[in-house]
Amino acid sequence: MRDFLAKQVVDLKPSGIRKFFDIVSEMDDVVSLGVGEPDFDTPWHIRDEGIYSLEKGRTFYTSNSGLKELRVEICNYLKRKCKVEYDPLHEVIITVGGSEAIDIGLRAVINPGVGEEVLIPQPSYVSYEPCAILAGAKPVVINLKEENEFRLTAEELRDAITDKTKVLVLPFPNNPTGAIMERKDLEAIAEVIIEHDLLVMSDEIYSELSYNGEHVSIASLPGMKERTILINGFSKAFAMTGWRLGYACGPKEILEQMTKIHQFAIMCAPTTSQYAAVEALKNGDEDVAEMREAYNQRRRYLVHTFKEMGLKCFEPYGAFYIFPSIQEFGLTSDEFATRLLMEEKVAVVPGTAFGDCGEGFLRISYAYSLEDLKIAIERLKRFIEKLRAEKK
Amino acid sequence: MREQILKIIERNSRVDIKELAVIMGAPEIDVANELKKMEEEGVICGYHTLIDWEKTSIEKVTALIEVRVTPQRGQGFDSIAERIYKYPEVNSVYLISGGFDLLVTLEGKSLKEVSNFVSDKLSTLDSVLSTATHFILKKYKDHGTILAKKPEDERMKVTP
Repeated sequence: MRDFLAKQVVDLKPSGIRKFFDIVSEMDDVVSLGVGEPDFDTPWHIRDEGIYSLEKGRTFYTSNSGLKELRVEICNYLKRKCKVEYDPLHEVIITVGGSEAIDIGLRAVINPGVGEEVLIPQPSYVSYEPCAILAGAKPVVINLKEENEFRLTAEELRDAITDKTKVLVLPFPNNPTGAIMERKDLEAIAEVIIEHDLLVMSDEIYSELSYNGEHVSIASLPGMKERTILINGFSKAFAMTGWRLGYACGPKEILEQMTKIHQFAIMCAPTTSQYAAVEALKNGDEDVAEMREAYNQRRRYLVHTFKEMGLKCFEPYGAFYIFPSIQEFGLTSDEFATRLLMEEKVAVVPGTAFGDCGEGFLRISYAYSLEDLKIAIERLKRFIEKLRAEKK
Repeated sequence: MREQILKIIERNSRVDIKELAVIMGAPEIDVANELKKMEEEGVICGYHTLIDWEKTSIEKVTALIEVRVTPQRGQGFDSIAERIYKYPEVNSVYLISGGFDLLVTLEGKSLKEVSNFVSDKLSTLDSVLSTATHFILKKYKDHGTILAKKPEDERMKVTP
């Protein structure tokens, strides 16, 4: 029989997380710090609205770009929170999670196979590189540095730009590092972006989980809205991962093309989820504030505890991850994470799952209750003391 | 700071001051002082334990009693409320709006003990016009805490 598989897909590296997932699923009593989704249930009034929409029999397709009511609410929300104004009729599309928005956004702007380059700062979420490849672009990785708290600097950006560069993916607040970009950081790179006439795909899915002042969207800077695809969603802010709902906003011309791909590949985002999301945006501010405060307490606890343990770590100001360095132990991230799992039954994700430059780091999620975190950290502490004793 | 402390200790009064300071990102001394001040001012009135007596071998009966009373001149409901809350078996007394005046919760060892209290002591008070006693059959949630078994974490153990 012929080989039916597409070479481009076969050549995609499987996610580094897969391996750990497989081991962990076979083990009992694992305390996990490896989860990339909130530990909270979706607030009840939001779930209730989803249930109500089912009761009312709202079980049909919505328009391709999503319920108009939801698009209007999204625009109100972005105006209120990020100080960017979008036209709900032409500049917003509701997608199946932020992930779909990444995919169709890249496909809408890349001419496949001609070497157009997409800049991807790493460590970062696992989807950007494969999506860029599948869109036919050439992904170009920018290795972020711990000494810059894993922020993207204008210099790093400038050094990565060639005459083929078209898109910059901007993943902040960042998974896995917890890094953020403050206004001054964004202003510095915006200048380079405009100078080189680049398009930005700003993945702001963790925007509500910022702990050092308000999140700033690059789209709110002068001259940037017209060259930015802003991606956000409901998963992290409202603890709605399973509802699979995100959105993208941007220039009308780009959104029109994205909507075409979405229309043919997806049709529309889940209707129930869209009705629930309207409620989330209308009446969910307090829930978000409460969850943010809970994450922030855990974040402070971990930063403090790591300092006490002598585990080197910069202070993360976003998302729900902390990214300590384990270079002192002379193990690779993978070795460290594997031994920690086998010897203390604690699951973390090696930094290398998010790019080669994640070597020497671990991603620890604090989407767990303080009580659970304490148990896991106690084990981590014991493991580290063992490693230090071994070294002597 | 006050509101933040109260929110945390309302859920977990056993959190130690050092940890409280860490998770709030505030100096320990300030947190300790604020706690002390709130205790002195009576904002914090006590540190209780939420117990699900059902799970113990100790028998307990809890009742909610609606009480209608005649308010007294110059003192309103305060003096009759005081008469009632001084009984040690009375757990709480609230003045409420609606069809009756006071809501009393009561704990006793047995149904009989509670009924005796109502018929002998509560109903015979001069200003009490009538009572209606509701026995609690099962507690599902108390003080914001769900008493049923905590559901397991159903998330996949490792996700990107």
